[in-house]
Amino acid sequence: MVRVIVRVQKENFILQNEIDNLKSICKEIPGALSSFVGYVRDFSNGKKISTLTIEHYPGMTEKMLTDISKNASQKWPLLGTLIIHRFGTLNVNDQIVLAASASIHRKAAFEATEYMMDYLKTSAPFWKSERVNKDNVWVEAKLDDELAKDRWK
Amino acid sequence: MKILYFSWLKEKVGKSLEEIEKPNEVHNIKDLIGFLKNSSTKHQNAFKYPKSIKVAVNKEFADFETLINEKDEIAFFPPVTGG
Repeated sequence: MVRVIVRVQKENFILQNEIDNLKSICKEIPGALSSFVGYVRDFSNGKKISTLTIEHYPGMTEKMLTDISKNASQKWPLLGTLIIHRFGTLNVNDQIVLAASASIHRKAAFEATEYMMDYLKTSAPFWKSERVNKDNVWVEAKLDDELAKDRWK
Repeated sequence: MKILYFSWLKEKVGKSLEEIEKPNEVHNIKDLIGFLKNSSTKHQNAFKYPKSIKVAVNKEFADFETLINEKDEIAFFPPVTGG
């Protein structure tokens, strides 16, 4: 059985602790663990951002992230996966998301992490709003993200 | 039925949740959007461009042809932007 961890939380996370935790729940020692961390950027479309607020659909979010993780472990020989996504108001440079996958060899770990991020971007019900000057502006979905997902089909 | 709104749809409708009794003439999501549009000018404005709106029924992605029942939880939202 592949171990799947999914967390949606306001709190920050410590990368090393989360990686150690993922490793510890794998039934064999993973020879490879790949992780991706997303951060709040300071500029969007040339405009300076002060904060980023993330809203989500409780219940559906966890379900979609679990489905994405399980789909990844059907495509690659994984030992464990981890997705943590934050919500609420974040500052520039804050951590937003962590996706990681553990496997015996690196290729599966690299690809599965990228796959999980591509699907998370287009299927997990999160919405970002950027604070620009004194306005909150909803971020628009990008076609590139849809295309990135489609390459795994 | 429980109807949820997220992101700019929530702002345009002016609420995040409403509960309504399923009207007899509403069978699928498309019918429901038609019904909601007639319920207020805010709804009419929110659903002005239905092609830019995604829908989930009971926390699963659905489409405008998906059939719905009295006990369903239906969520309307713009394309997602997490990550």
